[in-house]
Amino acid sequence: MREIAYDTVVKAVRDIIVHCGTDLPQDAYDALKQAMEEEKSLVSKEVLRQILENADIAKDEKRPLCQDTGLAVFFVKVGDEVKINGGLLKDAINQGTQQGYIDAYLRASTCEPFSRANLKDTVGYNLPAIIHFDIVAGDTIDIEYAAKGGGSENVSRATVLAPAAGMDGILQFVKQVISDAGPNPCPPITVGIGIGGTFEKAAISSKHALFRTLGSVNEDPQMAQFEERILNELNKLGIGAMGMGGTKTVLGVHIESNPCHIASLPVSVNVQCHSSRHAHITI
Amino acid sequence: MSKTYYLTTPLLEEQTRQLKAGDIVYLSGVIYSARDAAHKRLVDLIAEGKELPFDLEGSVIYFVGPTPPKPGDPIGSAGPTTSYRMDSYSPTLLKYGSKGMIGKGKRNQEVKDACIEYGGIYFGATGGAGALLGKQIKKAEIIAYPELGPEAVRRLEVENFPVTVINDTFGADLYQMGRALYEVKS
Repeated sequence: MREIAYDTVVKAVRDIIVHCGTDLPQDAYDALKQAMEEEKSLVSKEVLRQILENADIAKDEKRPLCQDTGLAVFFVKVGDEVKINGGLLKDAINQGTQQGYIDAYLRASTCEPFSRANLKDTVGYNLPAIIHFDIVAGDTIDIEYAAKGGGSENVSRATVLAPAAGMDGILQFVKQVISDAGPNPCPPITVGIGIGGTFEKAAISSKHALFRTLGSVNEDPQMAQFEERILNELNKLGIGAMGMGGTKTVLGVHIESNPCHIASLPVSVNVQCHSSRHAHITI
Repeated sequence: MSKTYYLTTPLLEEQTRQLKAGDIVYLSGVIYSARDAAHKRLVDLIAEGKELPFDLEGSVIYFVGPTPPKPGDPIGSAGPTTSYRMDSYSPTLLKYGSKGMIGKGKRNQEVKDACIEYGGIYFGATGGAGALLGKQIKKAEIIAYPELGPEAVRRLEVENFPVTVINDTFGADLYQMGRALYEVKS
């Protein structure tokens, strides 16, 4: 059994939150730069130039990339040979989240759903974090983190199609979701698609798909081909950067597919704005 | 075709009625921040015939909930939030004298109609460029509803704040115009 101190987890989580608040990951920066070079619309090109300048300012001056510093979302794989000393792993992740959001001057964005009262002084500063746990073999803790903004979350959708709908039906659903979203989710976007499983499994898979590195190729050749097809179709919508019209609406399409019930074809579309703040660490 | 303007607030109707969708505007002067919760309170005050925390005449309202300022800065990152959540309130504020809104994303037909009727403009700022836009805000002061935290109403002094006209007083919509140019129908 490997023992990891509670405070070690708190500090590691705090540090990735501080880092992601101001430093756009290289994959997102490179994808935006390529989009700017290839974009046909001069208006969208200028928007992309502003987005890249914003990333440079944020990094150099340690200012948050966006005022929507998101809800903290984690996918955590806990090795079955790990023991946390001094407290619960979940508490450590929440404490690190709060510490990171306060230390980096990030926004407190959690509220009570009906009164809309901010929870910073009651539950905690930007708490609770959204945490998806899994238990795996090994003696490490693997943490994937993303700061997930509200605007792109608001346009995300899930459904359960009839099995006969097949790949064409999935493509039509995704196209409708992104077309309806238009300028609202801050394009150019990344589109996470969860297919199969159950209703909630598809939704969680669509979220996790967004954590994949932009520009990487799906390990499943059939899915890699489907991603390419969807990407091309979505970029025909003409939405462009911030909806100003253009050829670069989507930076990447990421699919995670699961076995499902013989009666169902669950599909979930989770949208990520251009400010794709994510990190992956192993403790 | 697209023109560039340098305007100082408060805006006059003769100025707003010249602007066309696609024009670039650099705004200077005082603008006010308000999101969903503050909009509801402002519209409630109007319904009750009470005084508002700022003069609506010619005002520009920025849909923003900034990050906390770092020591020595007037404000943190401050880019626009998605505007449709203000759609049910904006026509009332335009009716009572406001002349501009800054946000991102689509507005509904009622807002577009109110822009035509009352001489209002819906400006778009670049979403996700909060660090860049925050630097154009030189002074910030909470003037109402401090308990709303990031959603409090702030008086913001801006210099050359870069925005684009999305909806003008002629009923045009830049999002529809831009998309029509690049959409490939299958």
